Amino acid sequence: MTVTDPTPSGHVIGDRVVLEAEHVTMRFGGLTAVGDVSMKVHDGEIVGLIGPNGAGKTTFFNCLTGMYVPTEGRVTLGGEQLPPKPLKVVRAGMARTFQNIRLFGNMTALENVMVGRYCRTSSMALTSILRGPKFRREEEATRLRAQELLDYVGLGKSTEILARNLPYGDQRRLEIARALATDPQILLLDEPTAGMNPKETEETMHLIFKIRDSGLAVVVIEHDMRFIFNLCDRVLCLVRGEVLVEGSPGEVQSDPRVIEAYIGGDDTDEDEEESA
Amino acid sequence: MSTVTHSPDTTDTELSRLDRLREQHGDRAAILAVAGGALLLVSGLLSWSYDNRILDDVSVRFYPLGIQLYAMLLGIVALALGVLLFRRPQWLNPGRGLRAVGWGSVVFALAGIIAVAYQAGGLINVNEGGWVGLAGAVLVLAGGLLSPHVDLDVRTWPRLPSWAEILVIVVMLGLLLFATAYTLNVDDPATFGCLLITLLAVAIGLVGSGFGEYLGFIGQNNRRPLLLAAFLVAFLFPFTQDGSDANMSIATQILIFAATALGLNIVVGLAGLLDLGYIAFLGTGAYVGAMLSKSAFATIGWNPPFLVVMLLGMLVASIFGLIIGSPTLRVSGDYLAIVTLGFGEIFRLAMFNLDGNNGPDLTNGPNGIPGIPDLNFFGFDFGQTHTVAGIPLGRFSNYYFLLLLLIAFVILVFTRLNDSRIGRGWVAIREDERAAEAMGVNVFGLKLLAFAVGASLAGLAGTIKAHQDTSVTPDQYIFLESAFLLAAVVLGGMGTVAGVLVGATVLKLLPEKARIVNDYRLLIFGLLLVVMMRFRPEGLVASKRRQLEFHEDDEELAEIVQSEHLEEAK
Repeated sequence: MTVTDPTPSGHVIGDRVVLEAEHVTMRFGGLTAVGDVSMKVHDGEIVGLIGPNGAGKTTFFNCLTGMYVPTEGRVTLGGEQLPPKPLKVVRAGMARTFQNIRLFGNMTALENVMVGRYCRTSSMALTSILRGPKFRREEEATRLRAQELLDYVGLGKSTEILARNLPYGDQRRLEIARALATDPQILLLDEPTAGMNPKETEETMHLIFKIRDSGLAVVVIEHDMRFIFNLCDRVLCLVRGEVLVEGSPGEVQSDPRVIEAYIGGDDTDEDEEESA
Repeated sequence: MSTVTHSPDTTDTELSRLDRLREQHGDRAAILAVAGGALLLVSGLLSWSYDNRILDDVSVRFYPLGIQLYAMLLGIVALALGVLLFRRPQWLNPGRGLRAVGWGSVVFALAGIIAVAYQAGGLINVNEGGWVGLAGAVLVLAGGLLSPHVDLDVRTWPRLPSWAEILVIVVMLGLLLFATAYTLNVDDPATFGCLLITLLAVAIGLVGSGFGEYLGFIGQNNRRPLLLAAFLVAFLFPFTQDGSDANMSIATQILIFAATALGLNIVVGLAGLLDLGYIAFLGTGAYVGAMLSKSAFATIGWNPPFLVVMLLGMLVASIFGLIIGSPTLRVSGDYLAIVTLGFGEIFRLAMFNLDGNNGPDLTNGPNGIPGIPDLNFFGFDFGQTHTVAGIPLGRFSNYYFLLLLLIAFVILVFTRLNDSRIGRGWVAIREDERAAEAMGVNVFGLKLLAFAVGASLAGLAGTIKAHQDTSVTPDQYIFLESAFLLAAVVLGGMGTVAGVLVGATVLKLLPEKARIVNDYRLLIFGLLLVVMMRFRPEGLVASKRRQLEFHEDDEELAEIVQSEHLEEAK
């Protein structure tokens, strides 16, 4: 993997708003997991989402990707409002990974990524049974693209390994490859370096830069502050479901409220974060 | 690849005692096996009973019949494995095979002795053959238990030239054809039972010693010839029956049952949906076939060509599938099972009541639609006996050939869907439905598709079944039939073709040939399923992926499957 300059300087953030969340609120009964969160993500931008456990980060992700229907607010992707259906969200161009890895364990790495191609291919039952040239072309293209993506994330040699047999770090990268296979405009990563050693974290950072440089917008949830502040162009700090601070990594890092939220806060009673 | 023998569930002390025995007397294992095999062989030449009226006469010396022949077969296999144990080839594990043959022989000899004693009235009627056979069986088992473990290595398997490998396949399938034809012609229930024990012991012995894996290995390398040869063998089967329709009738029933079970396997095995009312789709097809036939009781006066009827049967059944599927596939697991169970009953009751009194007269109610004429393709009358190459082929043989085509079609649909974008989607849904949806897999659409395709295949089988049975009545489509279909899928192996063929054959053949199984079939199949769930939940012939799903924490298995993936990729 080529090592690029890890600082975000020198990179141009586009003007186009890719993802816009407006006043997203998610209530479970009387509990407000996400309260009035608004966020804009431009193309070529990496946005970080931090906050103590139970701040509602993953719930917010689930609202964005249609896994939850937000109680209030709306989500637009490239100007179009997203219907709250995971399937349609993926087709519209937003892909995600999961906090607790959710690969298809008994499929090989290649097959996992090929599943990601599902929404960009079209062979249905009859074509699959008749096996015409169109089917074969598409199948071959799917295979090639999947292999390409595995090479891209650095798993080119693990093609035929069952996902569940892969080392932990590789599983996280495979999830990214699978998400990329859906041809997204924006990638949502939920704790992509959880459980990784410093070297793997470093590699993941370079991988995310590479993805950004290929023109995608990225939103990252992470607890590793060094990672977030080195990676992101902009950081949102969520506390108790609400945006506490938003700004450049420098601003957020030095904000006393953020430090207080992490160290002095009393959030343990709010454990609403779903590991959906 | 290396397979590791799983040690049986014994306590440490027992294990170590057996291990110690193995160390002390391991070199005598081969001698014991050879001696046991020879005794079994000899027992076949001796008399098993004083009474010549039982077990198709096993009282004559030096003229083996029935179980005497089977004892000799077991003896030959044990001898061969014993000789192999002397030579110790690295690519075979004769010890494991001997253990299976040994256990099988003991059960066989005991079953033979008990059968003689029971039918002739006392152990006194058992002749020397039975006792010699039992002694031989015990020796073979002792040899098997004492023989050392061997770890197999696929890479050391000798590769034959491809023509020779194909020849091996053809010979094996030929043997299978011979064994099937022979087995079907055994009428005495006790003899039939002993034959099944023998065949099972030989089969498990061969698989255990590594021949099975070797054949699987050859089959992997010659998939197309294997498939062709299998169909050729199936095609030749009616020619072994000499015009008799007795076995062909069973064979056609098995084929219809198997085709329907394969359709169900798309729903259950591939998409992972539990459908307890599947028989209704077979019924739909059958009623479509009956109503559009030339039967005097057909309620619709339209007789399109049978090809159109088949397509209509598929269409109507798949529409029913969509109707039942679209509201219910949003619920999952147990709820889906309950809803489909209800649908199956609704179908039966609807057919029961659509007799003109409670609605339109479509089905003649409980009387059904009898007198459905035989099919006629371009002057080829399915009801007539045709003579090919001097061998008469009766009515059921004609349907058998048609059903063989049907099975081929169903297998084609099954395997091609499995190996495609859709098949991958199904696996993803089975693995993690929420993640699949979040990755853009159309979960609902794919489930509905599985339902519709499965239903249409059953509908297709139903149209043929209507003509073959000559009548269609509601009571052919009770819940129990759905349960048997599901049992065939689960027993054989979810998600595999070969497994379901085996499962369907076992479930249909046993009740036909052995009266006792027919009388207690619910008890026996129930027990069989419980035992299977405990010891081999993935079914007799397991798909690798399903096997992994059932043994989530078996790292060893994952490694084996892993190395097979790597082998295939090369």
